Amino acid sequence: MSIQSPELEAAAPAVVTEDPRRSVWHALRRDWAAVACLAYIGLVVLMAVFAPLIVKLSGWDPYQFDQSAINPDLGGVPLGSWGGISADHWLGVEPGSGRDIFARIVYGARSSMLIALGATALTTVLGVVFGLVAGYFGGRTDMVVSRVMEFLMAFPALIFMIAVLSALPADDRQYLLVLVISVFGWPYLARIVRAQTMSLKEREFVEAARASGASRTRLVFTEILPNLRSTILVMVTLAVPGYIGTEAGLSFLGVGLVPPTPSWGQMIASSVSWYSVVPTFFLVPGAFLALLVLAFMVLGDRVRAAVDPGGRA
Amino acid sequence: MTRYVVHRVAGMLLVLFLVCLFTYIIFFVLSPDPAVQICGKNCTPDRIDQIRANLGLDQPFLTQFLQFLQGLFVGRDYGSGASVVHCPAPCLGYSFQTSQIVTDMIMQRLPVTAVVAIGAAVLWLLAGVIGGLISAVREGKFADRFIAGLTLGGMSIPNYVLALALQYVFVVKLQWLPFPQAVPFADDPAQWFLNFILPWTVLAIGYASSYTRLTRANVLDTLGENFVRTAKAKGLRPDLVWRRHALRPALTPIVTIAGMDFAGLLGGALITETVFGINGVGKLAADSITKNDQPVIMAVTLLAAFFVVVGNMAVDLLYSAIDPRVRVGMGT
Repeated sequence: MSIQSPELEAAAPAVVTEDPRRSVWHALRRDWAAVACLAYIGLVVLMAVFAPLIVKLSGWDPYQFDQSAINPDLGGVPLGSWGGISADHWLGVEPGSGRDIFARIVYGARSSMLIALGATALTTVLGVVFGLVAGYFGGRTDMVVSRVMEFLMAFPALIFMIAVLSALPADDRQYLLVLVISVFGWPYLARIVRAQTMSLKEREFVEAARASGASRTRLVFTEILPNLRSTILVMVTLAVPGYIGTEAGLSFLGVGLVPPTPSWGQMIASSVSWYSVVPTFFLVPGAFLALLVLAFMVLGDRVRAAVDPGGRA
Repeated sequence: MTRYVVHRVAGMLLVLFLVCLFTYIIFFVLSPDPAVQICGKNCTPDRIDQIRANLGLDQPFLTQFLQFLQGLFVGRDYGSGASVVHCPAPCLGYSFQTSQIVTDMIMQRLPVTAVVAIGAAVLWLLAGVIGGLISAVREGKFADRFIAGLTLGGMSIPNYVLALALQYVFVVKLQWLPFPQAVPFADDPAQWFLNFILPWTVLAIGYASSYTRLTRANVLDTLGENFVRTAKAKGLRPDLVWRRHALRPALTPIVTIAGMDFAGLLGGALITETVFGINGVGKLAADSITKNDQPVIMAVTLLAAFFVVVGNMAVDLLYSAIDPRVRVGMGT
């Protein structure tokens, strides 16, 4: 493929295997579970992107207190059944403050998606680059990278993340979260990229490219990297739900996003003291969160099945 | 083999040292001055200086770090002159909040966390292996699909959401379980057991789900192996094929992964213990983080790293003892 000749490739479509991206896409489109998951993920993304517009439609912004929706005599329990669900407040109100839960869910989707996708992007770049470098160059480079990865994977990541985040100042938390999650996340992808690179670099097509005088960068990025595409795709889809869960977990423990910035995990955290009186307060963000994680996980499984139809795991 | 063990132990010590160093640097650089915190409201500059001197906080970073390491291995003395306090090894310092010896605080709570962790591990191993075996035997049938659905649910629901939901359903609505409270085992074993049912379930469910999938995949892989086909071909009864040939190779990897997961459980116990108000090491960590109690946070981080590193090493050694092929290439 190092000879650029579009005519040749177009003339022999039967020999050239189908573009893996397109075949994965075709397989997924025929799979109702994958379509359902994509639809839900799409919905959450739309919610996140158009949050200000949606909130205008529903009439309440996420920081606005509504004293008329709660009962001050009962310590701020929402008026009405089901946590105060009404035509005014579509998913009820927060006990104590009367803030609109729907608006906070919409804005919370923003934080969850931004942090999870940011962390995924950063871990992917780090994981792929370090994995490729370690796998391709081997020797001392490989040893150093592998040791760092071993060290990071032996680290009690959750406890350490909590400790670091609690010691750092609370402003710009979202960037810190992305950074901290990524530092501990990249070795899991890099390990697999490294192993695959090590076997790929011995293959004939790489040998051929090397013999024809291709540079090292070219070998790594145009010969080896494209062959890792499906692996990376699967790993990335499976990583997103993990990061969504981590962000929510950290916010739940009080070291993630700080109030009043809405986040699903932090909403669940504040519902702990109300769970027996106002169950909808934890059920709503809990359901959104669990469904989002589930959607990404099922999608990851389906992508893996589409990429590797013979595989069982 | 000796060489390999020595190599692994050295690597382990290096990792622990680095964890120590990194945590220390982060707290040294980032944390607000603990002396001001300890001193409280009515504080004079003299008093702050005195506290600093007593805790060794006036020393340069390297000296402080070396003193910390010294305390860890041989114990150290705090203060000067007449008011010297000795802290025996392994000394992790004194809590800034309660002035207790950190080692004692952890030792008091470790048994509670051990109960939570062991109960959960038993539960997830049983559920995971049984669920996985059923799925593998009934591959593609209803039971398999049903279990696959359950495991996906179990893996995607965050454990604190599950904790709240279960507590709402079983404690508040149905009232099948008592409201969680600390009851010593000796006083009322039945009550004690009932209290731990929910924490065990919550902690186990995620692991149980992934172990179910893993068991299923491993068993199916093993059933496709030549030695199983040979056993079947020579006319061995199906149940004997399972018991003698298929189960052991399918389950060995699961036992080893269980070792590593168990060692890493302190992190998971943190959320579970916080939600259920169980006074274990996890809750200690969460509390000390909100109060910015540095020595305790350091101690828990180190302890968690110690478990993870020792667990990984134990599993590796066990594996290389079972399967000599692993040793090749790892020794150097």
